[in-house]
Amino acid sequence: MESRFISEINGKKNYNNTMSAIMLKKPEDAKIEAPIDEKYKLQTKDVNVFYGDFQAIKDVSINIKPKSITAFIGPSGCGKSTFLRLFNRMNDYIEDFKMEGKIKIDDINIYKNKIQLEQLRKEVGMVFQKPNPFPKSIFENVAYGLKIQGISTKKLIADRVEKALIQADLWNEVKGNLNKSALSLSGGQQQRLCIARTLAVEPSVILMDEPTSALDPISTSKIEELIYQLKQDYTIIIVTHNMQQAARISDYTAFFYMGELIEFDKTKKIFTNPEKKRTENYITGRFG
Amino acid sequence: MRKIREFVIEKSLLSSALITVAVTVGIILVLTIEAFSFFKEVSIFDFFTDTEWTPLFTKKHYGILPLLTGTLLTTFIAISVALPIGLSISIYLSEYAPRSFRKTIKPLLELLAAVPTVVYGFFALVVVTPFLQQFIPNLSGFNSLSAGIVMGIMIIPFVSSLSEDALFAVPKALREASYGMGATRLQTAFKVVVPAASSGIIVSIILAISRAIGETMIVAIAAGQQPRLTLDPTVPVETITAYIVQVSLGDVQHGSLEYRTIFAAGITLFTLTFLLNTLSFQIRKKFRQKYE
Amino acid sequence: MNNIQKNRLKDQLFKFWGIGCTLIGLVLLVVFIGGILIDGLSRIDWAFITDLPSRKAEKSGIWTPLMGSIWILVLTAIISFPVSVAAGVYLEEYAKKNRLSALLEINISNLAGVPSIIYGLLGLEVFVRIMNLGASVLAGALTLSLLILPIIIVATREAIKAVPNSIRDASYALGASKWQTIWNQVLPASSGGILTGVILALSRAVGETAPLIVVGALAYVPFAPQGPLDQFSVLPIQIFNWISRPQQGFIDNAAAAIIILLLITFIMNGIAVYFRNKWQKKLQ
Repeated sequence: MESRFISEINGKKNYNNTMSAIMLKKPEDAKIEAPIDEKYKLQTKDVNVFYGDFQAIKDVSINIKPKSITAFIGPSGCGKSTFLRLFNRMNDYIEDFKMEGKIKIDDINIYKNKIQLEQLRKEVGMVFQKPNPFPKSIFENVAYGLKIQGISTKKLIADRVEKALIQADLWNEVKGNLNKSALSLSGGQQQRLCIARTLAVEPSVILMDEPTSALDPISTSKIEELIYQLKQDYTIIIVTHNMQQAARISDYTAFFYMGELIEFDKTKKIFTNPEKKRTENYITGRFG
Repeated sequence: MRKIREFVIEKSLLSSALITVAVTVGIILVLTIEAFSFFKEVSIFDFFTDTEWTPLFTKKHYGILPLLTGTLLTTFIAISVALPIGLSISIYLSEYAPRSFRKTIKPLLELLAAVPTVVYGFFALVVVTPFLQQFIPNLSGFNSLSAGIVMGIMIIPFVSSLSEDALFAVPKALREASYGMGATRLQTAFKVVVPAASSGIIVSIILAISRAIGETMIVAIAAGQQPRLTLDPTVPVETITAYIVQVSLGDVQHGSLEYRTIFAAGITLFTLTFLLNTLSFQIRKKFRQKYE
Repeated sequence: MNNIQKNRLKDQLFKFWGIGCTLIGLVLLVVFIGGILIDGLSRIDWAFITDLPSRKAEKSGIWTPLMGSIWILVLTAIISFPVSVAAGVYLEEYAKKNRLSALLEINISNLAGVPSIIYGLLGLEVFVRIMNLGASVLAGALTLSLLILPIIIVATREAIKAVPNSIRDASYALGASKWQTIWNQVLPASSGGILTGVILALSRAVGETAPLIVVGALAYVPFAPQGPLDQFSVLPIQIFNWISRPQQGFIDNAAAAIIILLLITFIMNGIAVYFRNKWQKKLQ
């Protein structure tokens, strides 16, 4: 199965990410282990998550490198979304939620009481499955994150909004009228707007929960391309039930099953030569 | 700092919500305290058994029965009008009417409900009573029939919209099962849908009764100010609510026994409507599980 | 006629009965209003609106009760709006699903069913006597604010419930606090629904008679209120007063005043419906 990205907009470089291309890359890229002393952006150790009596995550330890794209894959209900939301503590709103274990970002434990949730979420942004722009103008959507930080300088806000929209590859399509309602945009544009909204706050980590599953194929490929570009500046984790997507854009892949981390490795390895049988069964479509 | 601000905001909002509790407590306290003073001078036995209510005359009687019958008589007439018509409307709109008709009619019915009750009172006295006098020659100028009929008309939108909500909640599948067996809309409506929605419909009836009991202006204008223990709809009567208005318009001394009579009347009224509302709430709670 | 035909006939008959019932209320309303227009329309002129009430029907106008009604409307709006919306926000966004909040809800739906005259008794004791406000516009407005409190609370809750959770999620994910989310996203998104509820509630307040009579609004007031502690009358009470007089002239006056009152009521309802439609479109 082949898929091909060729990007020519704004002089971005071309790249191919077909599965065959992955398979044909140089041998040393197939190495499994990461260099031992490389600093990690996100670290989790022995994480268990409970909703009341139900255990959603079992003993997961995983370390994510900075400025990489990690894909979380696995069948429905395996816990990948739950695990994703641990990083910006969005699970805190759910009743009976309990987390055991350590989760660190930049070596800081984010579940310690001293942590300010608002500060955490400025560092760690999130893009949701269904595009959820606010029922306001395009400008107000992107500016919102700045507004709640207390930034009021008009020029600064306008500059940051423009920068974010450029980064999200939406500027050219909306620059004519930023006061238009965000709801008048197409689905793909709305999702890019949501990405711009997240970028405006200048986080260092971006969490994406199935960001293209509600979009058409053309919008999907645009956004996958965008995500691949963003890797240069951000650490990205993307939950996806679309394995081809994971293979296309991610550097590392984590396979979850029934709340457990079955395997975590470089994407090439997972998709061409996985260690665990279960991983192989899932990849080849035997279940899921 | 941020946490303190959020805390203060939350507690201020809470205090607004707690005002509702303060209102209930206030109502109960005010009524109870004044009624208590009243019952120090008038025995409860007399209150419930005396057949005359004449606190403002020289020979004073404090029996609530005349006011109670006035209230119940007008209520009965109102419900007799509102119930069949309101229910029929709800069944028609829910089971027969095309979407577009429903859409245009519903706001018009809402309009009917928005008319101030003093206007309905005007109709009852100036239009309905003379009209009825053509057919009932000895119908007096103030009577419970006109007031009751007009009150019924006022309550129709109330009954129809509550019942319609109840009918709407019945799952389509039940109707389809009935139609599938060849039943007409009428048979489906009365044999399947209405029984299924019965708890909701009963609730709407109880709330309508409560509404009628608490109505003031229509009866104050058209039903009369003569407390009378009677079931005759052609003569003047007085309801509990109209009595309170009558006293409030007059020059009754604050703190006097006459003044306290309005609280005795008030607590009777409040108890009646409170019991009815609680009953409807219990029924709604108990039978809600059916289609959740 | 066999069974099936009988049933079909009954079905059709009920259909006509249903249509008849549906239209009867509206037909009667048209008849009534028509009658009122006939009686009262000729009586309305600029003098009617600006004249003070007087013993002579032809010289009587609605100026003082009209001003009283406007005073009541404005004061009630100022008092009830922040309190009711705040209560609605609390119940919908902050209250946890426990027994306490269930009791609060039961209490509010109970208050909605309390006859309006009981609120009058409450206002009489608490505002007029205990707080010593006398039979003033302020006491009347406070009383009516309590009366319409449950109405606005319910409307506020419904409007807030209609805001999708995805909006809240997006706001929290950007680092907004709970109150920032409510103030910047939830309230603006629900403002149309809240406004509709407030206008409908105020429209009800304008037509209320009994509680204000009990609080002591006078049937005959020779002057318009100048301040919140002044005595007052309102349009419905003036109507009530004129209806109680036997002379035909006063009946005509009452009819004319009713036209004005209905105009105010229908306009307010119309505005509310306009906002409701605009708001529902916005959320699509």
